[in-house]
Amino acid sequence: MPKAKVNGVEVEFEPGMTVLQVAELAGEEIPRFCYHERLSIAGNCRMCLVEVKPGPPKPQASCALPAADNQEIFTNTPMVKKAREGVMEFLLINHPLDCPICDQGGECDLQDQAMGYGRDDSRYADNKRAVEEKSMGPLIKTVMTRCIQCTRCVRFITEVAGVPDIGLISRGEDVEITTYLGKAVASELSANVIDLCPVGALTSKPYAFNARPWELKKTESVDVMDALGSAIRVDSRGPAVLRVLPRLNEEINEEWISDKTRYAVDGLSRQRLDRPYVRENGKLRPATWAEALSLVADKLKAAPADRIGVIAGDQQDVESMKAAKDLFGSLGVTNLDCRQDGMALGAGPRESWLFNSTIAGIENADVILLVGTNPRLEAPVLNARLRKRWMAGALKVGVIGEQPDLTYGYEYLGAGPASLTGLSKSKGDFLKALKDAKAPAIILGSGALARADGAAVAKAAAAVAKTYKMTWNVLHSAAARVGGLDLGFIPGEGGKTAAEMVKPGALDVLFLLGADEIGLTGSDAFTVYLGTHGDAGAHRADVILPGAAYTEKDGLYVNTEGRVQLGQRAVFPKGEGREDWSILRALSDKLGKTLPYDTLAQLRAKLFADHPTFGQIDYVAGPVDFDLSAVGGEGAVSDQAFESPIKAFHLTNPIARASVTMAECAAQASGAAKIAAE
Amino acid sequence: MSVRRLSPNQPDSFAFTPEQEALAQWWIAKFPAGRQQSAVLPLLWLVQKQQGWVSEPALRVVAEKLGMPVIRVYEVATFYTMFMLEPVGSKALVQVCGTTPCMLRGAGDLISVCQRKFGNRDHLSADGQFYWQEVECLGACSNAPMAAINDYYYEDLTAESFEAILDDFAAGKSPAPGSAIKRQGAAPEGGPLVLTDPKLYDGSAAKPIKSLPNAPPKGKAAKEPAA
Repeated sequence: MPKAKVNGVEVEFEPGMTVLQVAELAGEEIPRFCYHERLSIAGNCRMCLVEVKPGPPKPQASCALPAADNQEIFTNTPMVKKAREGVMEFLLINHPLDCPICDQGGECDLQDQAMGYGRDDSRYADNKRAVEEKSMGPLIKTVMTRCIQCTRCVRFITEVAGVPDIGLISRGEDVEITTYLGKAVASELSANVIDLCPVGALTSKPYAFNARPWELKKTESVDVMDALGSAIRVDSRGPAVLRVLPRLNEEINEEWISDKTRYAVDGLSRQRLDRPYVRENGKLRPATWAEALSLVADKLKAAPADRIGVIAGDQQDVESMKAAKDLFGSLGVTNLDCRQDGMALGAGPRESWLFNSTIAGIENADVILLVGTNPRLEAPVLNARLRKRWMAGALKVGVIGEQPDLTYGYEYLGAGPASLTGLSKSKGDFLKALKDAKAPAIILGSGALARADGAAVAKAAAAVAKTYKMTWNVLHSAAARVGGLDLGFIPGEGGKTAAEMVKPGALDVLFLLGADEIGLTGSDAFTVYLGTHGDAGAHRADVILPGAAYTEKDGLYVNTEGRVQLGQRAVFPKGEGREDWSILRALSDKLGKTLPYDTLAQLRAKLFADHPTFGQIDYVAGPVDFDLSAVGGEGAVSDQAFESPIKAFHLTNPIARASVTMAECAAQASGAAKIAAE
Repeated sequence: MSVRRLSPNQPDSFAFTPEQEALAQWWIAKFPAGRQQSAVLPLLWLVQKQQGWVSEPALRVVAEKLGMPVIRVYEVATFYTMFMLEPVGSKALVQVCGTTPCMLRGAGDLISVCQRKFGNRDHLSADGQFYWQEVECLGACSNAPMAAINDYYYEDLTAESFEAILDDFAAGKSPAPGSAIKRQGAAPEGGPLVLTDPKLYDGSAAKPIKSLPNAPPKGKAAKEPAA
């Protein structure tokens, strides 16, 4: 490996690295604004100047300079310091001194680096340039006078998000970052430009003037808006979650999160169930915990076990599902289901419902077949990963199902199951690429599996996967799904599925564990809703038990890869709300079937003992060989086209539906869709 | 320079005329498959030729034709100052050079003429017939001061000759471009001062050349190696 000296310290580096990267290897921090390791190199801020030998006797932009063998790099010479000070002075010529009223204050790259390289006063007496504000949609607030033209936002939206909506117009002193005539940025990842912006030019609109970063309590947690389990940091002050930011996790989300992950959190303080309610004469009235729990216990005692059903929602933590399974199991209830959409997976090997390639591992695939899924809406961060892989070249993507704009090119193979079963006879480049592929992968979405013939579709897909040695991947859209399936939260012997449970006359008591995505109009059972929001489930409920949302409890979540992750409590549940498992524990007392755990730690100990997979936090097995012929079930496939379950990206769960920001985004998105259709 | 913005007054739509469309296709065909967006500059220029300026619907038409995001076309159109982003005069677009050589030779006078006749720079005149602006060096310094009117250079101007030319445009005529004092090309005023000997031009000074300096050796003439 080539070697270079950084300030006299010799380091080895990979060929092709830039001087900046080599200096970082040696532990030298290089100031920068435009350079970002996940974006293309622009080299336009000039803050990363260093001195190199051999080389011209002038400072060099280290981000854009390839390192050479035996190069000597100096990052702390007087020339370097003077050069950087000069750059900083130029940047500050037109940058307003409005830090006290700027939302970036306290987490601003320019502010921080001005501490190191700024002068105490300006030598420029002229007026500063003023730039008009731009409209970028409901999420991104612009104060364009603060912009230093690093173009990170342009590069992110073009390269990573693949929705080229932001550009740099005009030239010279007059350049401006803008969207085309004030159009809203139409990417599901748009708000990441706020994190990328090194100054306060692009800031968060919903969070504007809410708080200063140093006032916030920062809790590292896991996202539940989709099934990826992106690493997030929940920033809270007192009882309120003020914002969610991404955390670095190379295995899952790199450093991006979707707009829903980031901005649905204002839904955590709206439409909340903050105390127990009991329905009396058709109307819900506030009740005490004792009253509500006794009523539920009475109803459960009165009902025969086969007339009781439990449906777990899409954002449940594993612990509450475990407590529910233990409690209702002890009552002899077999009507358990965590698949509100009726996804035909759950029996058979664990791998059959996992994303076996792993999210990072999908970058090794060379042919990918998407069946009944629109990853752009179901998992935007994964879609960015697929785009990254596509941009790297030599990737063939085939799509069976809808034909959305995925931000990368694909070959459309057909709409329904017939295209899947007939793949081997299809004409086109995809089949040829598939036959020659070294690492092909199939990704099935709930659009393919959550339908009447889902089991047969799964079988057909498994046959295709087996024929072409494709890695089997299921892309879930519900954060709780894999956890529920791992737990066996599915109908036991003779048990009813979720769809059967909500049929008229099917049950006496229906217990909804945060389940809001299932139609309850037909159900005439006594309905108990344990959850957080006044959404579909609560509207139909006879008793409401207020639970804790994902930011309000410690909990385990299993993402679509089968990776168990620990979510942490940032704030306390609202009002009289309690953590879900403890409500079930209290209910078990009333039923005389006391659950054998008093603390979350004991519950987890039992969980790990009963289901060892949950004990391996943040572990993922990766692709393993398993018997694909065991996947799916018998039956005929219909010729109905696959449809992605997500129609409105911003409104897929109770928290998002309660969020004002998400409602604005949804209105914007549907309006944009209407305009595009015209 | 000032911030370049699209005009608030935009037509509803834009379409190339069949002739311009053919030219556009000719330009697009010059670039290899997948690189069609390289034709963005010629196409925008064709738009300007047809419309006199570049309108917002035209940006969308060009973007669609080249399969590129409209924001990229917008970037290009706002970057190059030769693209006019608002309607220009129906009779003439007057671009007076104000860079040093012209300035020293009296560009200020030309500018005052424009100011007096048409009003402020970078605006349509009151009657909508003229639009004038001061531009950077147009590369005709030896014939300073000069102005580019529509597609041609008018050189060696004085306030009077310039005004006469502008009046001709206003009257719908097309005054002859070039030097207003009938200078030959960029030669000195009054005709050439050097290289005047007619012998230089009658071939008498020439001698036959035996072989060209880089000519291939005889016998092995110009046979390309097999590719």
